Amino acid sequence: MYAFIKKEFFHIFRDYRSMLILFGMPVAQVLLFGFAITTDINDAKIAILDHSKDPVTRDITQKILSSKYFILEQNLQSNNQIEAAFKAGNIKEVIVFEQNFAEKLQREGKADIQLILDATEPNTASMLSAYSSGIINTYSLQQMKAANKVPLSIVTESKMLYNPELKSVYMFVPGVITILLMLVSTMMTSISITREKEMGTMEALLVSPLKPLQIIIGKVTPYVLLSFINLIVILTMASFIFGMPVRGSLGLLLVESVLFIVMSLALGILISTISKTQQQAMLLSMFALMLPTILLSGFIFPVENMPVALQWTSHVMPSKWFIIIIKNIMLKGVGIAYFWKETLIILLNTLFFIGMSVKKFKVRLE
Amino acid sequence: MKQGGQIITVTDLVKKFGQFTANDKLNFSVKKGEIFGFLGANGAGKTTAIKILSGLSKPSSGTAIVAGFDVKKYPDKVKKNIGYMSQRFSLYDDMTVKENFRFYGGIYGMKRKEIKEKTALFLKKLDMEDYRNMLLKKIPLGWKQKLAFSVAILHNPKIVFLDEPTGGVDPITRRQFWELIYESASGGTTVFVTTHYMDEAEYCERVSIMSEGRIEAIGTPAQLKEKYQVKTMDEVFIKIAR
Repeated sequence: MYAFIKKEFFHIFRDYRSMLILFGMPVAQVLLFGFAITTDINDAKIAILDHSKDPVTRDITQKILSSKYFILEQNLQSNNQIEAAFKAGNIKEVIVFEQNFAEKLQREGKADIQLILDATEPNTASMLSAYSSGIINTYSLQQMKAANKVPLSIVTESKMLYNPELKSVYMFVPGVITILLMLVSTMMTSISITREKEMGTMEALLVSPLKPLQIIIGKVTPYVLLSFINLIVILTMASFIFGMPVRGSLGLLLVESVLFIVMSLALGILISTISKTQQQAMLLSMFALMLPTILLSGFIFPVENMPVALQWTSHVMPSKWFIIIIKNIMLKGVGIAYFWKETLIILLNTLFFIGMSVKKFKVRLE
Repeated sequence: MKQGGQIITVTDLVKKFGQFTANDKLNFSVKKGEIFGFLGANGAGKTTAIKILSGLSKPSSGTAIVAGFDVKKYPDKVKKNIGYMSQRFSLYDDMTVKENFRFYGGIYGMKRKEIKEKTALFLKKLDMEDYRNMLLKKIPLGWKQKLAFSVAILHNPKIVFLDEPTGGVDPITRRQFWELIYESASGGTTVFVTTHYMDEAEYCERVSIMSEGRIEAIGTPAQLKEKYQVKTMDEVFIKIAR
């Protein structure tokens, strides 16, 4: 057994490609998602059309510009300048204050601000709109408190829970953890098992006194260890470079991750039992797993916005449930009581994959 | 349990895959210390039979006793007592010679010290001591096959199964390979070998020739040549397997 695990490490460390996938990947992915594919907004250029030019509108403008999200590019004078401003480019948002803003607010307790957004980039647009209305809402609340007044109209308040700054790091770290654990565990095991098949060494192992279960444990143990190291690397990077918190129990997070790793390994073994060559195993894990994981698990695109058929597909993806679990632990800081269902789903998946692999394995021996 | 010097006894062995019968009522036995040639054209059912004899696959009916154990009931005990080398040889390219020995010794439950001693012994015999720390992929094919054979008999098996061990090897290396086989057979190991080279069939003490799942002929090369009235094993083979 010991000899077997040692031999497996030889394979991994002598193959620079697997080394690269194993250790280069997590670092590259975290940095990539963290810096390049950021969906945060910084220094968006805006224009302001102030029809009123009173103390209140100036105050609000001040508030908006002092946040780090917006930069004033241009002050507009009239409505017909708006379109030209957008067409001239680089302006993402125009904020329009109606006439007699302060006066109306005083008299009717209500005044209008119009936000016009360049929606050619819908994500950016909706985020900008959320940011600006957030700032405005905060302002009006503060004003009311200061004036000790009962609010006359109900202010709709959209509060960004758990990720008040809407940091995309918070969104992608759980996703990256999921993808990497899945990639390393599933792809690497399925490839390494099919490699033994291709080289003919699998036969030699099967005729040896080793039991099939021992062979499998010997093959997967190194990957459990390496995936675990990977997990620690990602968590450390997320925490030190991007300030990602772990609000819940770290122990629980690690236990759930090990469960997910075991599930991915079982899936990798299943893939290796149905594929004959390394390439086949790689393609299967790539296309059958990676793409759906990235696209359908809610990692980048919210599941709620998908067509119903795709939503159902996404329910089948174990990765979706794991992302929910990690988010619950890291961001909400809740305990197992809140996600035992998701845990159960992953557990059942694990058993299902193991059962299937054993069945396939036996058929092959018949 | 052992039946008078016979290490493999096969009785009415049948293996079916659905409608297809790969092995049709095989009956033969192999004596202890014998070099037994297991011949047949591609697809004649040789590999299926070897898989059954080495405990990898279960017979549909009939029995096979290998090294004193029924392969159907005690495949694990059978596995412990046999060595195996396939046509695609079974060593790891990305490990050194020494590491390969250590790994295979390890999975057969040998002690570290024993592995070390045996490895040294084999490498000396092969005159390859200088290559012990070389990665296997840098070693020529013929040498690899000799190494693979040494690894297969490292744990002193009672029987060693060789599935086309000399495919793609030059005549000189093949010759050396057969010297190794003779040497281990004289040490008491039974050698069960399949091959496509009929000159190699002449080296065997006894051979069987399979065709379409049945054993068509069995005996010493001399007996078979006499029976079929031909001069070489080549001709015997062609007469039977067509």
